[in-house]
Amino acid sequence: MQTGLEKVLEWFPRAVNVDLQTDATLQVDISDALSERDKVKFTVHTKSTLPNFKQNEFSVVRQHEEFIWLHDSFVENEEYAGFIIPPAPPRPDFDASREKLQKLGEGEGSMTKEEFTKMKQELEAEYLAIFKKTVAMHEVFLCRVAAHPVLRKDLNFHVFLEYNQDLSVRGKNKKEKLEDFFKNVVKSADGVIVAGVKDVDDFFEHEKTFLLEYHNRVKDASAKSDRMIRSHKSAADDINRIASTLYTLGTQDSTDMCKFFLKVSELFEKTRKIEARVAADEDLKLADLLKYYLRESQAAKDLLYRRGRALVDYENANKALDKARAKNKDVLQAETTQQVCCQKFEKISESAKQELIDFKTRRVAAFRKNLVELAELELKHAKKIRQNLYIGNLQLLQSCLAVLKGDT
Amino acid sequence: MAEDREPPPLADAVQTDFREVEEGEDLFVSTVSTLSPTSPEPASFPAEDISTNSNGPKQEILLDDDQEDLFAEATEEVSLDSPEREPILSDGPSPAITPVTPTVIITPRVDALFDRSLDEVKQISINVLYLFSIIQAFYFCLQGDGMNAYMAYKVTTKTSLSLFSRNEFSVKRRFSDFLGLHSKLASKYMHIGYIVPPAPEKSIVGMTKVKVGKEDLSSAEFVEKRRSALERYLMRTVNHPALVKDPDVIQFLENTELPRAVSTQALSGAGILRMVNKAADAVNKMTIKMNESDAWFEEKQQQFENLDIQLRKLHASVESLVCHRKELSVNTASFAKSAAMLGNSEDHTALSRALSQLAEVEEKIDQLHHEQAYADFYLFSELLGDYVRLITAVKGVFDQRMKTWSKWQDAQVMLQRKREAEAKLQYANKPDKLQQAKDEIKEWEAKVQQGERDFEQISKNIRREVERFEKQRVKDFKVVIIKYLESLVHTQQQLIKYWEAFLPEAKAIA
Repeated sequence: MQTGLEKVLEWFPRAVNVDLQTDATLQVDISDALSERDKVKFTVHTKSTLPNFKQNEFSVVRQHEEFIWLHDSFVENEEYAGFIIPPAPPRPDFDASREKLQKLGEGEGSMTKEEFTKMKQELEAEYLAIFKKTVAMHEVFLCRVAAHPVLRKDLNFHVFLEYNQDLSVRGKNKKEKLEDFFKNVVKSADGVIVAGVKDVDDFFEHEKTFLLEYHNRVKDASAKSDRMIRSHKSAADDINRIASTLYTLGTQDSTDMCKFFLKVSELFEKTRKIEARVAADEDLKLADLLKYYLRESQAAKDLLYRRGRALVDYENANKALDKARAKNKDVLQAETTQQVCCQKFEKISESAKQELIDFKTRRVAAFRKNLVELAELELKHAKKIRQNLYIGNLQLLQSCLAVLKGDT
Repeated sequence: MAEDREPPPLADAVQTDFREVEEGEDLFVSTVSTLSPTSPEPASFPAEDISTNSNGPKQEILLDDDQEDLFAEATEEVSLDSPEREPILSDGPSPAITPVTPTVIITPRVDALFDRSLDEVKQISINVLYLFSIIQAFYFCLQGDGMNAYMAYKVTTKTSLSLFSRNEFSVKRRFSDFLGLHSKLASKYMHIGYIVPPAPEKSIVGMTKVKVGKEDLSSAEFVEKRRSALERYLMRTVNHPALVKDPDVIQFLENTELPRAVSTQALSGAGILRMVNKAADAVNKMTIKMNESDAWFEEKQQQFENLDIQLRKLHASVESLVCHRKELSVNTASFAKSAAMLGNSEDHTALSRALSQLAEVEEKIDQLHHEQAYADFYLFSELLGDYVRLITAVKGVFDQRMKTWSKWQDAQVMLQRKREAEAKLQYANKPDKLQQAKDEIKEWEAKVQQGERDFEQISKNIRREVERFEKQRVKDFKVVIIKYLESLVHTQQQLIKYWEAFLPEAKAIA
């Protein structure tokens, strides 16, 4: 569905990127975005004083697949095995929203003009919210990369930022997707084996058990929070319909109820608007937070897996070396293999420790920020609803009393 | 997304009240007294108003000449310092004590205020005489066994009306007894234009579950729903000035033993007869084309038609809201557990504690949603359901008028025929048949007159009934909606309390 140029200049406060020291040497953001039929075009804007770039400030247009390409290139790069690779942004998904708008269009005949316009506005707002969210997710990814001391120097990253033509990155075709699927299966099976190996280092052993449990629980919490917020939205929709029907009753009624109904309808309408905002804010501060840390904890687990894999390889290489020395055959080869494995393992271990500590810091800060903001927003909205209800209720009561006094 | 601006500063009066409220005070009492100097203090209604307007209210409640005013005797007994009326009457069905109490916090004060004002201004005389019935349902009264078991409802009536032998008495009744009462009243009064309140609907599924002995939440809810519906039905019936005097009603409330109303069973002979009659009525309705001479009736019928449509729509939306609210409650509880688990596995102590706190807040909120769903249902949804059924009864009464008119018209046609027959016989010169014809003419003339009288009577009754109905409707809706809004306010209050308690915990994460 063509929505035309959507200049999204006001951003939702970024849900999760806290503590990203964006210094003057490299600043990245998404300054604009365009939603077309089935894709979103992001305008990636860079400001940098680094000599690597031809200019100090420039912009390029990128699509989702190019972000994925960049992410995958990090994952596949052996040099970065010791880092938590910032998780890839989720694919922009407007299907649900589009479906709802379509259903609305089909049901246009069955509702009044006001109802239709109201629901249309609602759905358009929802569409816009999803749009803003996907932009924010993509931006967070880039900012994390830019903030990372090593990843920011990556060549692919620079090409991504600067090359102002299409990167000709196509999405994976069926065969490649199937390959990926099998790779994942093998990887998870391997992951189980690797995880079973007890680590000498207490820090990593603890992190391993912690991350496994944490990841599962975040997944659960994320799913449950989504369900809760959906129920909230459904309830708000019901209140919307109730408000409309009360309005109709108000216009039709023959007794002095008409003013009453109109007033109540107005109250319900106001309440509904705020309830919808509550659901949206919960979505942003809670659900999105959990979803993000689901992905990040997975990335951390991947890091531990890589380290575990390297450890197993190292231990195997040691055993092979011993065997070779015993048999006195291919000793040199075994020695080089062992040395390579040792270096790889130590390199990963060194950076992994810092990465995991940083992960914890970021996580705590993000949760703090979001929980505080969640509580503040909930309070603000509840107070607003209460205030509206008080005043409305008061006015209704007063009008009742006035009528009674007048009636004698 | 622009941040909302701060709401515009409120008028001072209201502002102070908010602060008061935060300390747990009830807003309404304080606000009403501070807000407008003209509105009277609820506690002490100026007695002078009543005396000077004593003609006014008396006329209001004096019903048509045909009906003697039940409460007429009461007006003499009014003294200017009437005792503080017990607020029981205004609380209506809510204070029923049952094994299953809906956890709804309904502040009775607004309603008391409203009713006090309403009654004191208009119907002070009724304060002295009252009739009030509450119904309690008892599980252990399930008598008989298996499928023969039935639920017994204890009906307790408090009254000062002279119709009854005592001031306070209780009886045990079955659901079918209520249906029997309704059927008797309907057959007696509907055809003369009285709006007889409809009884609650049967539910085979619901009752079977209870009978089977399922002591779970759904059967408890079913019993409470039914008990509440029966109570409202009874209150509406006794609030009708004519119906409350009916011997069947009095018998129902007073007599320990009541003959079993077998004819209310769906598959009984009477039940089938009822169904046949209903079908016949529906067909008749389509064939009768009434010459409406009275615009009032036409207008009213159209209005009730519209009201019916809208109320049904509203009812459906509210039922949907109840459903989603219950869902929200369940999902919030489930999220709370999940958050608690997450808090447990979090190894940063302060964050872990904050997450556990969040879990507790969400758990309290889920309870809140649950209570709100109850309020949604018992206050709003049930009221709408009742009125949808009541409007069906109103439409039925209009149909009765049509039938009466049709009968009158038929009698006129018959009379015409008889007159023509007589005229023919005049020429045929058959003296004995002529006499018969003349007799028949007299008979049908009387019938025509009766038909006309009936039609005028039913029209008059309907006008009066509709007026009473509308007044009652306005009052019911206003009271219930205000109560409902209060429940919403209460929910928000609690939410504010919970989140305010949580905020410092969240900020304490270091």
